[in-house]
Amino acid sequence: MEKLDIGKYIESAIDSITQHAGPVLDGIALVIEGIVDGLQNALLSAPSWLIMILMALIAYYVQAGGVKPALTKKGFKKAFGLAIFTVIGLFLLLWMDYWEETMQTLALVLASAFLALLTGIPLGIWAARNSKADQVIRPVLDFMQTMPAFVYLIPAILFFSVGNVPGVVATVVFSLPPAVRLTSLGIRGVPEEVVEAAQSFGSTKRQLLFKVQIPLAMPTILAGVNQVIMLALSMVVIASMVGAAGLGERVYSGILQAKVGLGFEAGLGIVILAIILDRVTQALGGLGKK
Amino acid sequence: MSKIEVKDLYLIFGSKHKQALELVKKGVSKDKVLEKTKCTVAVKNANFSIEQGEIFVVMGLSGSGKSSLIRCFNRLNEPTSGSILVNGEDVLKMNDEQLRRLRRTELSMVFQHFGLLPHRTVLANTAFGLEIQGISEAESYEKAREMIKTVGLDGYEDMMTGELSGGMQQRVGLARALTTNPEVLLMDEAFSALDPLIRTNMQDELIELQRKLKKTIVFITHDLDEALKLGDRIAILKDGEIVQIGTPEEILVNPADDYVRAFVENVDRSMIVTASSLMFKNTGKLILEKDGPSLALRRMREMGVNRLPVVDRENVFLGFVRDNDVVELKKKDDRDLNKILIKDVMPKVAPDTPAADLLPLFIDKQLPLPVVDDDGKLLGVAVHSSVIAEVTGRDREEIIEIKNSGGL
Repeated sequence: MEKLDIGKYIESAIDSITQHAGPVLDGIALVIEGIVDGLQNALLSAPSWLIMILMALIAYYVQAGGVKPALTKKGFKKAFGLAIFTVIGLFLLLWMDYWEETMQTLALVLASAFLALLTGIPLGIWAARNSKADQVIRPVLDFMQTMPAFVYLIPAILFFSVGNVPGVVATVVFSLPPAVRLTSLGIRGVPEEVVEAAQSFGSTKRQLLFKVQIPLAMPTILAGVNQVIMLALSMVVIASMVGAAGLGERVYSGILQAKVGLGFEAGLGIVILAIILDRVTQALGGLGKK
Repeated sequence: MSKIEVKDLYLIFGSKHKQALELVKKGVSKDKVLEKTKCTVAVKNANFSIEQGEIFVVMGLSGSGKSSLIRCFNRLNEPTSGSILVNGEDVLKMNDEQLRRLRRTELSMVFQHFGLLPHRTVLANTAFGLEIQGISEAESYEKAREMIKTVGLDGYEDMMTGELSGGMQQRVGLARALTTNPEVLLMDEAFSALDPLIRTNMQDELIELQRKLKKTIVFITHDLDEALKLGDRIAILKDGEIVQIGTPEEILVNPADDYVRAFVENVDRSMIVTASSLMFKNTGKLILEKDGPSLALRRMREMGVNRLPVVDRENVFLGFVRDNDVVELKKKDDRDLNKILIKDVMPKVAPDTPAADLLPLFIDKQLPLPVVDDDGKLLGVAVHSSVIAEVTGRDREEIIEIKNSGGL
C-alpha cells in the first residue's frame, strides 16, 4: 500500500493559494506592514525618555484603576512600584543599547495582539451565541494550540516571504486561541437569569450583547487579552527565524553564533518587556470590574 | 374579557417535541414519553384565564413545571402548542417585533435570584427597561427614581446592586419591572430566595402596592402559605398539569384530590407545632427549700424577667413568684418564698400540647405556662407572645409591640 502523504496535499493546497490568492495576500501584507511600520516608526522616532514616561504613566493608571481613584496605601505602593519598575527596566535596556530592538519587538507584539484580538473577540462572541459555530471553532482552536509554533512559519514564508509580515501572521495564528476561548467562556458564563431578565424586557440581540453579555464578561475577556499579549511576545522571538526584527533577532543570532552574552542580554530585554506587559494587562481586568 | 387566557397549552422540551406532543395527547404518561422520545413534558394541557387586577398564584413543588409555565407568557420558553391570549392577542402568533413590544410594554418579569446587572447602579438597573426602548436617559432616570421611591429604596440610587441585601435587591427587581408601567407582572418565585422575615415583609408590601397600582400579577411559588396570603386565586400544578384552580378558601375547604389535600394539611401550623418546641428551656428557676428573695431578685434581673418558676429539690413544678411580691417579702426580712407562691393559677401542660390548644389556657397573661413531664417535673415555660406568634404567624417582636400598646 502506498503511504498516506498528507504533506503532499497540504503543499498543493498552499501552492494553489499562493498562485490564485496573490492579490489578497498582497493586500493583507500591505495592511500588516502598514500597522507594524507605523507603530515602529512612532515608537522609535519619539525620544526614549518620552516613551519611558508614557509607559510608566500607563502602568500607573491601569494598576491604580483610574486617574483619581480612591487608593489605599497598599494600592498606591503597588501602582507606584510598577511605574518605577517600568522606568528602571526600560532605562536598563537603553543603557545596554537595546532600545531600538526593544521598540521593534514591542511594535510587533502590539500589532500582532491587536490583530489577534480583532479577529478573536468577534469569533468568541459568535462561538458563545451559536453552538454550531462553537462545534466547528473548538477543534480548530485545539489544532492551532497543539501544532508546534514553528510549523506556522513555513506557510507564512511561502505566503509573505521573509520579514516582519510573516512573523506577525504566524504570531497572530499562535496567539489567537485564548482570545476566542476566553471571550466565549466569559459570555457563556453570564448567569442565565440575567440574560433572561434582559430578554424579558424586550432587548434585541444587539442590546443583550452590548448592555449585558459583554460588560459582564469583561473581566474574562480582559484575561484573554493578557494571554494573547503574553503568547504574542513568546512567539515574536520564534518569528525572528523568518526575519522579524527586534530582540528575538538578537537571541537568534546569539544561538547561531554560540554567543552566550548576546543571547542573554536580548533574553533579559524580553523578560523585562514581558513583566511590564503582563502586569499592565493583568491590571486591565481590575479596570473592567469597576 | 379576561386579561390573560391560556388554552390547551403544552410545553415539551427536547428535539423530538412534535412526536412527543402526539403521544401526550393520546394519553401516554410523562415517563413513557421521556423513555420513548427523550422529551420532557413540562406543561400539559393547561387551561385557565386570569382576570384584570387579580393576583393569580401558580403553586407547585419544584419540578412541577410552574417556572416553565410562566416563561411561556413572554415566550422565554417557546410553547409546543396551544395559545396564550393577552388582551385577546395570541402571544404565540406574534413575530419578533410584536413580541418585543409585548415584553417592553405589557409584561414585566421579576426573577427568583433578581437577575440584576451587577455592573450597574440601582438607578441604572431600574431604568433598564426604558433604556432599551430608546427612551432618553433623563426621562428614564426620572421614572426610575419615582419607582425606587415607591418600593422604598430612596437614598440607594447610586449604590451598586451587589452592595445591597437580598431583600433590597429584589426591591430593585420589582422597581425595574414596574418602571415600564406594564399591565401584567410575572413574578417567578420572586420572594423564595429571601429570609423568612424579609419575605413576609415583601409579601405585605406587594399586597399594599397592588392595592395602589392594581396590576394583574401572576405569582409563582412553591410555598402554600405564601400562595394563600397573596393569591386572589390559586392554581395548583402537579407534574405539569393543573389539578385545581380556586380561591384560597375553596382550596382549603375543598381540596380537589389527595395531592392538594396533602398540601393543605400542612397549613395550620398551630396544630402541628407543640409546646415543647415553643417553650423556653433556660428559664431560670428557684428551688423552694433553698433559695430566698435576694437570690430570686438577682436571677430575675439576670434573666430580664419579672417572674420565675419555683420547683422543689426534685425539680417538680410548684408555682411562680412575681418580682413585686419578692420585694415585699424582702422588706419584711422574710426568707420563705412559699408565702408568695402563686399556685394553681396557670394550668400545667404536657410538652406535646399543640400551640392552638395552649392559647385559651393563658388565664393570667402576665404569667407563662409551665410545661411539665408526666412526673410533674419542669421542662420549660411557654410565653404568651410566642404562642400567639406561632398561631397567628406574626413575628414575636410584633406581638410584643401590640401587647405593649394595649392591643391584646
